Amino acid sequence: MMKTEKKVQEPIFHVVKKDGVVLWRAWLIRAAAIVLALLVCALLILVMTDQTPVEVFESIFEGAIGVRGVNVMALFQSAAMLLCISLAVTPAFKMKFWNIGAEGQVLMGGLAAAACMICLRGVVPNGVLILLIFVTGVLAGMLWGVIPALFKAQWGTNETLFTLMMNYAAMQIVSFFVVKWENPKNSGKIGIINQRGEFKQAGWLPELFDVDYLLNILIVLAVMILAWVYLKYSKQGFEITVVGESENTARYVGINVKKVIIRTMAISGAICGLAGVLLVAGTHHTIAANTAGGNGFTAVMVSWLAKFNPFVMAGVSFFIAFLEKGAGGLATNTGLNASFADIIIGILLFFIIGCEFFLNYRIVVNKQRFSGRLKQKGGE
Amino acid sequence: MAFLSFILRFLPRAVTQGIPLLYGCTGEILTEKSGNLNLGIPGIMYVGGISGIIGGFFYETYAAEMNPVLTILIPFVCSLLGSGLMALIYSFLTITLRANQNVAGLALTIFGEGVGNFFGGSLVKLVNNGSAEIKLNKTNVAFRQVLPFAKDWGWFGELFLNYGFLAYLAILVAVAVALVLKRTKTGLNLRAVGENPATADAAGINVTRYKYVATCVGGMIAGLGGLYYVMDYQMGTWANDGALGARGWLAIALVIFALWKPHVGIIGSVLFGGLYILYNYVGVARNIEPLFNMLPYVVTIVVLIITSIRKKRENQPPASLGLAYFREER
Repeated sequence: MMKTEKKVQEPIFHVVKKDGVVLWRAWLIRAAAIVLALLVCALLILVMTDQTPVEVFESIFEGAIGVRGVNVMALFQSAAMLLCISLAVTPAFKMKFWNIGAEGQVLMGGLAAAACMICLRGVVPNGVLILLIFVTGVLAGMLWGVIPALFKAQWGTNETLFTLMMNYAAMQIVSFFVVKWENPKNSGKIGIINQRGEFKQAGWLPELFDVDYLLNILIVLAVMILAWVYLKYSKQGFEITVVGESENTARYVGINVKKVIIRTMAISGAICGLAGVLLVAGTHHTIAANTAGGNGFTAVMVSWLAKFNPFVMAGVSFFIAFLEKGAGGLATNTGLNASFADIIIGILLFFIIGCEFFLNYRIVVNKQRFSGRLKQKGGE
Repeated sequence: MAFLSFILRFLPRAVTQGIPLLYGCTGEILTEKSGNLNLGIPGIMYVGGISGIIGGFFYETYAAEMNPVLTILIPFVCSLLGSGLMALIYSFLTITLRANQNVAGLALTIFGEGVGNFFGGSLVKLVNNGSAEIKLNKTNVAFRQVLPFAKDWGWFGELFLNYGFLAYLAILVAVAVALVLKRTKTGLNLRAVGENPATADAAGINVTRYKYVATCVGGMIAGLGGLYYVMDYQMGTWANDGALGARGWLAIALVIFALWKPHVGIIGSVLFGGLYILYNYVGVARNIEPLFNMLPYVVTIVVLIITSIRKKRENQPPASLGLAYFREER
């Protein structure tokens, strides 16, 4: 008895890894993805609302920059905060350390700032107070980032899950202090800290040249340039890249991998802490469990989409902040729910994430098989 | 006797809190066993919940007479479809397009939370039928229907029989997934895919298909957690308070706590549910409440640390968790 051999067919196409892609082509592919995503969003908006495309466009712009641009600084501020947190997570990601605990690190930084504003007002001069706010905020964020790093370095504890859990621990700690310091009593929130009275604006970051949030934005821009120099030109930045590419190579060339992991996470957490300080002392002058507002998670995507380039990150942050505020404006004008912004951003992210495939891989069609099938079909 | 009455008050509440976590945990275990770390579970739970609400809302609003089977079936199927679609998006991005799993998962969570809160807030407006808010009076009663003789069985009935059918389904699903993973060839193959896809591929296992099926089925299971939450716990209403998202992350924590074993997840879910509401029962002041809410996360961190220190091989995450598989890359 003869065993019939199973007929094996070659697949019609297969996927091959690309060696690299020219810069302009890469950006062309990304731009195409964004255009496609925006088309899908436009379609969605037209289905959901009964507005004309021009009205929709106006609503989005009005939501983003306000009537005649009154909110343009707020837009820059949102973008700057997102950029700051994105810059913070970048060194860790470059090392392939998935720090998705930025949310918690920001909150701890903010909490330290709030604590200084509440407990040290009137105790020390305002200049010293602001200095202390920065120091403690940065240290608090650093502490929250270093804890998972220590365990990762020592025992290889999974950092994605660890940092994720630390977010929620931080949120509950903040909730604890919100109840402790709540003002007025039983309101469940802190309210604006040092709004009036004897300690008016104690610990608030000063307003430069009467422009809202200018100091925040300048600080973030400085961090951006420092991060770029650090990652690209410093020895430590190089060590981060090597550890990220291959821990074995790093060990072989004599890099102390544990030290690099802990040091990098300390930096990552510290910048997150700084973002927390800017949010609490420089923007909201209060703190709540949702002060970070999900930016810790969005930042993960900003950093990754920008391929760890700080300047690209600035552009991506601005784009996302614009869309978020714009979609919010659209939602208000049409009486819909503000969560519409999340849907639009989600769709956009899906397309951008998906298009990376076409940067790294190409599809090769098996011509013989393909034409063979065509012939077969013609013969039938 | 004081203790018994405390148990009778406390445990059923803990179970009710735990069921959404159990669904999410079981779904995520199945997903992670295929090597996919799906951080989109909170988003999937949102969509699972809102899809059920949307289905029930239309049926309850437009059906002249409500058929008891359809009352349950329509939200149930809608929920499965919604969460399945979400998992499919994630699968396509990470398996076919080999995108980074963390990034795709977080995007899915943002999207899902947006979808949930958007429709939760605007559904009434979009349909424009005059009602002020979503309130599925009849549907939620159907979902919360308990066995008729539960009342006659005393403490046993109160403790074990006093839940809607989705609660029992959660336990059944968890046991079933545990058995499939541990005792069947399919489960063995799936675990091989999660541990070392290249080896599984060489052994003739269709890696792509296993990953797709596990991730999508896992997503659907997790989505049921959302359905249970809105239909049973929230009694057919929707609140834009982010509570479902918190439960989604807690479910991911529970996966670690359960050491990737669904049957351990059953106990773990009641424990986590209990920790979540413990402050109500031990008479703490309001200001310490958040510290109690922190307990599940801290416990998870401790478990994570201990398992990484002990390095017992059967308690580790799947080896290829979080990595995309590309056949030509060895």
